[in-house]
Amino acid sequence: MSCCAVRRPRLLKPDTHLIPTASQTVGPFFSIELTTVEHSVTCLPGLEDREKRIWIRFQVLDGDGAPVDDAMLEIWQADSNGKYNHPEDVQAKKLAPGWMGFGRIGTGEDGSCVLETIRPGRVAQGIAQAPHLSLAVFARGMLKPLHTRVYFSGEAANVEDPILRLVPPGRRDTLLARPDPARPGHWSFDVRLQGDRETVFFDV
Amino acid sequence: MKRSPREPLVVLPHTLSEITGPIFGQDKIGENDNDLTGQHRDEPIGERIVVSGRVFDSNGRPVSNALIEIWQANAAGRYRHIKDQHPAPLDPNFSGAGRTLTDEQGAYRFITIKPGAYPWFNHYNAWRPAHIHLSVFGHAFITRLVTQMYFPGDPLFAYDPIFQSIPEERARQRLIAKFDLETTQPQWAKGFKFDVVLRGPEATPFET
Repeated sequence: MSCCAVRRPRLLKPDTHLIPTASQTVGPFFSIELTTVEHSVTCLPGLEDREKRIWIRFQVLDGDGAPVDDAMLEIWQADSNGKYNHPEDVQAKKLAPGWMGFGRIGTGEDGSCVLETIRPGRVAQGIAQAPHLSLAVFARGMLKPLHTRVYFSGEAANVEDPILRLVPPGRRDTLLARPDPARPGHWSFDVRLQGDRETVFFDV
Repeated sequence: MKRSPREPLVVLPHTLSEITGPIFGQDKIGENDNDLTGQHRDEPIGERIVVSGRVFDSNGRPVSNALIEIWQANAAGRYRHIKDQHPAPLDPNFSGAGRTLTDEQGAYRFITIKPGAYPWFNHYNAWRPAHIHLSVFGHAFITRLVTQMYFPGDPLFAYDPIFQSIPEERARQRLIAKFDLETTQPQWAKGFKFDVVLRGPEATPFET
């Protein structure tokens, strides 16, 4: 065997394999795919849950209090029993028929949009949590989505929610949706990206 | 633009709400959704390309049934969007949007045309390098990723604050697709490879 035939180990690929792909801004033009009429999801419940429906009006505001008219909100939530449509959910609960739990809406000119959904039940796998929606906010000018949660004002379980308890007490109310006293079933939730009463965002 | 929070982010230990997320099915995908050259009566103008790759989790395991959505400018650098005022022509045969699901090996494939570079108003004489926007769902809400895929050798990289916003050189390189002769189709289309690695659960799970 000549020296030239000495087998060398195969060159390893540069160690870039497991570097996560970096996030980049969603930019100003995402609505041609992500929030078309066909691909927006503004109504989560199926027919079964009709009588339990609620409407949450979100409004996204920037540091000047100006509406953000080119944001996208994505929602992930459990059904009315607190069950997620996902294999990692091993709670002994039956998933509501047809429940997906994913929502996606673009904001309008006044920075708002309305989600038609149901109030989720308590998720109690590992730890018991108060009813909540997970919310991701995407917008031009932001490198990454901002993650937050929507809880319900007046919910008794809020005081024992393990995540709310991680939030400084003076800022917890930024995570509470508020009921509209004039219209039963209607709630509002402001997403303040910066400044006065800035919404609590999470490092996930 | 005042869109970045000033308050520190609150570290969120992962509960079931974070490690679950929407998993989509084939019912969300239409026939020509992954062929952006086949969505209209005629073919769009431009350089036909095949963009393919695989989606992995942070342990290098393929992610199947990942929904990938893309949107992009046409060959002249114009988006079919009401707010895009770049005085370049629209192409009646190009919508610039598509979606697909990864297969069991985490593999995906799009046929499209190479987008043009385009000017924007970020600073004087600002131009975006040619890119395709990608939105990817893993199986957890926290692995959700929106990013941009670039093309090798683009002279605009050095001037683009969005590309340069990524501090690490290796991470920047990961956003540049590689020309790939294997997926290049003779007499028809150039192939570009773009793999995606979704983040892992670095944060501490919530212990009870």
